[in-house]
Amino acid sequence: MNIKTVMLGWEFPPFISGGLGTACYGLTKAMGRMGMEITFLLPRIGPVRITGGNPEMTFELLESGLPNVRLRAVPSSLIPYGKYGPHASTRRLTAAELESLCAGAAPYGPNIREEVQRYAVRVLQIAESEQFDVIHAHDWMTFPAGIALAARSGKPLVVQIHSTEFDRSGEHVNQFVYDIERHGMHAAAKIIAVSNYTRNIIINRYAVPPEKVEVVYNGIDFAGYGEAPPRPEEPAGRDKVVLFLGRITMQKGPEYFLHAAKKVLEKMSNVRFVMAGDGDKLHGTIEEAAWLGIGHKVFFTHFLRGADVHRAYQMADLYVMPSVSEPFGIAPLEALQHNVPVLISKNSGIAETFRHALKVDFWDIDEMANKIVAVLRHPPLQEALRVNGRREAVRFRWEDSAARVNAIYHKVLNVA
Amino acid sequence: MASVCFYFQVHQPYRLRHYTIFDNSTDYFDAFKNAQVCRKVADKCYLPTNRLMLDLIRRHEGRFRVAYSITGVILEQFREYAPEVLASFQELAETGCVEFLAETYYHSLSSLFAPEEFSSQIEAHKNLMQELFGQTPRIFRNTELVYNNALAETIERIGGFDAILAEGADHILGYRSPNYVYRPPNTRTLKLLLKNYRLSDDIAFRFSSREWSEWPLRAEKFGQWINAVNGNGYTVNLFVDYETFGEHQWEDTGIFEFLRHLPTEILKNPANDFKTPSEVAAAYEAVGVVDVPHCVSWADIERDLSAWLGNSMQHNAIHELYNLESMVKASGDPDILADWRKLQTSDHFYYMCTKWFADGDVHKYFNPYDSPYDSYINFMNVLDNLRSRCCTAASSFPGTVMTALPA
Repeated sequence: MNIKTVMLGWEFPPFISGGLGTACYGLTKAMGRMGMEITFLLPRIGPVRITGGNPEMTFELLESGLPNVRLRAVPSSLIPYGKYGPHASTRRLTAAELESLCAGAAPYGPNIREEVQRYAVRVLQIAESEQFDVIHAHDWMTFPAGIALAARSGKPLVVQIHSTEFDRSGEHVNQFVYDIERHGMHAAAKIIAVSNYTRNIIINRYAVPPEKVEVVYNGIDFAGYGEAPPRPEEPAGRDKVVLFLGRITMQKGPEYFLHAAKKVLEKMSNVRFVMAGDGDKLHGTIEEAAWLGIGHKVFFTHFLRGADVHRAYQMADLYVMPSVSEPFGIAPLEALQHNVPVLISKNSGIAETFRHALKVDFWDIDEMANKIVAVLRHPPLQEALRVNGRREAVRFRWEDSAARVNAIYHKVLNVA
Repeated sequence: MASVCFYFQVHQPYRLRHYTIFDNSTDYFDAFKNAQVCRKVADKCYLPTNRLMLDLIRRHEGRFRVAYSITGVILEQFREYAPEVLASFQELAETGCVEFLAETYYHSLSSLFAPEEFSSQIEAHKNLMQELFGQTPRIFRNTELVYNNALAETIERIGGFDAILAEGADHILGYRSPNYVYRPPNTRTLKLLLKNYRLSDDIAFRFSSREWSEWPLRAEKFGQWINAVNGNGYTVNLFVDYETFGEHQWEDTGIFEFLRHLPTEILKNPANDFKTPSEVAAAYEAVGVVDVPHCVSWADIERDLSAWLGNSMQHNAIHELYNLESMVKASGDPDILADWRKLQTSDHFYYMCTKWFADGDVHKYFNPYDSPYDSYINFMNVLDNLRSRCCTAASSFPGTVMTALPA
């Protein structure tokens, strides 16, 4: 049976700021190539073309560029990762925002409740004109819309959890967000978790019966990245580069990276640490680096896009993901795509299934530094991690993820 | 005539403790873990199996005979953590039915990298066998049965040996059977005893495997397989890790029952007997020359060196280790020398093996590390510290050269 899906997401290239958009795009593309039909409803700020009369034309149809994938814009100001996402960071913060940032206020802004509801209403309106068998909602902001649409249409809801409130906020969860997540999980016919790590959080923290939660790992597209090219010749005596690339937020563990950097620099001086990303901890992290006396060795680039991301990876001798809690972790796979070996937090989905990476407890600064030094000092280690890691990364194919999702749909619809 | 020639390998390494680049201690080994493993394996394997062997030797009045190769590093650990195991081996030695083989004291790969070191380690091991068991070994087995023509020549040059053991790998034997005695090329008197890997692995690896068509393996069936060799060979060389009994194959698989009944089943046929490697070498003439230009070993499906020297980390680590040889010996510090030698134990390189996907299970089972990368990092950190100790010592005691091994 060829299943038609309405997918509710936050991000889709080119409207993208992080891992969620990458994951939605990779999965949807592979599903489309398998012949599954997907209508992806994407929240979008900005003027929406209204032609009146014909309801089909009320909402903008965007170009997805993918077979079997239709992309429709939903007028909404929902922004993934709240107002400190990259959209926000392109402008200067107002004094009031800065104040709320320092006070540790909820990052989603005062109107988030309304926005989530408004998005749900708009989704219902758009879906009137859609034919579909399954509703697939990605992460909490789309859950109210998914629940409403399931109730209206009688079609089963599948929710996919790319990250939970516990990953983003530790123990200090936003109750409003948690309630939506929990409601969505309980309303869904099936839950897709991006790892067993996340599956355990869903079962233990949201009281979901284990048999309802399936794991589908993310993938990575190696098209255009042929066999590992030789790294460009480097001038002798060049400083080694250790890269942190991700949002600079509590979840990503930037302070552990800094403290490990400090320890590494006690053992070797020819190392630079590059921190690429934005986030609510950025200013604190810059200050911390100065306070540790390593400000001259740590470089902050802010959020990088496109060619700059490639350049950052090309400079790097090692990629470090010191996340406090990482539901999956596509970034290490991207690093390997660029032939950069990886050191990853054990508190991540990728660590549970990936072998050819160095792994460390995010809080274990000594061990993190120990491993960073080892990679920088021993070329055979760097080479083995790079070559074996890349070979392993290639096996994370979106086609396999899509096939798993297809099987889950069939189970939910109870068809062969 | 079909002789059954049992040789058991007894070995445990000195495992390293977690050692980071920030550590400064000269205490490299994990005494707690090593004691724990030694005690555990003593209880599950060494003590009950030795008891059974002693019982079988007595019951069969000298007709059941076996051989052991026990490394210096495990004997040191027995002395420290499980003296009753050492005593039970000594009791076995007193029966006169047990032969002890020679190998490198440190279970090292020195044959490949450091010829002088190699012969000192053999010498040290022979002395230890004499001291503990009252025997001077006449048979040599190299670490992990690593073997090639050059090794045979070296062993003959060192002298004092009647035979050497090796893996009866298909690619060196071709159509020939491992059940005969052979000679290495370019040697005069040395004989070559080859492991019958099919029958050895039936006991060591397949014994408890329910997917195996011969499961369950009983002593009676195995005895019939040995009988079948009559007329097609002189000897069935069963070379296995001693930990097979009770540790790799747990007691509940019936491995001890198998062993208990095996001598009776084999001796039922009057044409069969048990011989130790020395007795095999003395009893049978070599039927031909086996040419082994490249190294073979008994590890993994490849039967080559790739378990220890299969990737660049392993090569790097072992070369860095042996590059220290002259510095270590020049240091004049017996502690440095002892530590350097304990680092030569082949297990340290085995832990760094990355060919996990085919032979992964076995490697993982024996590996105290989460990953081969972790073991390499740990080893290199220890080596870094050892190197700096050598440098310090060199500046305070110039000119001293040390080669003495522990008595």
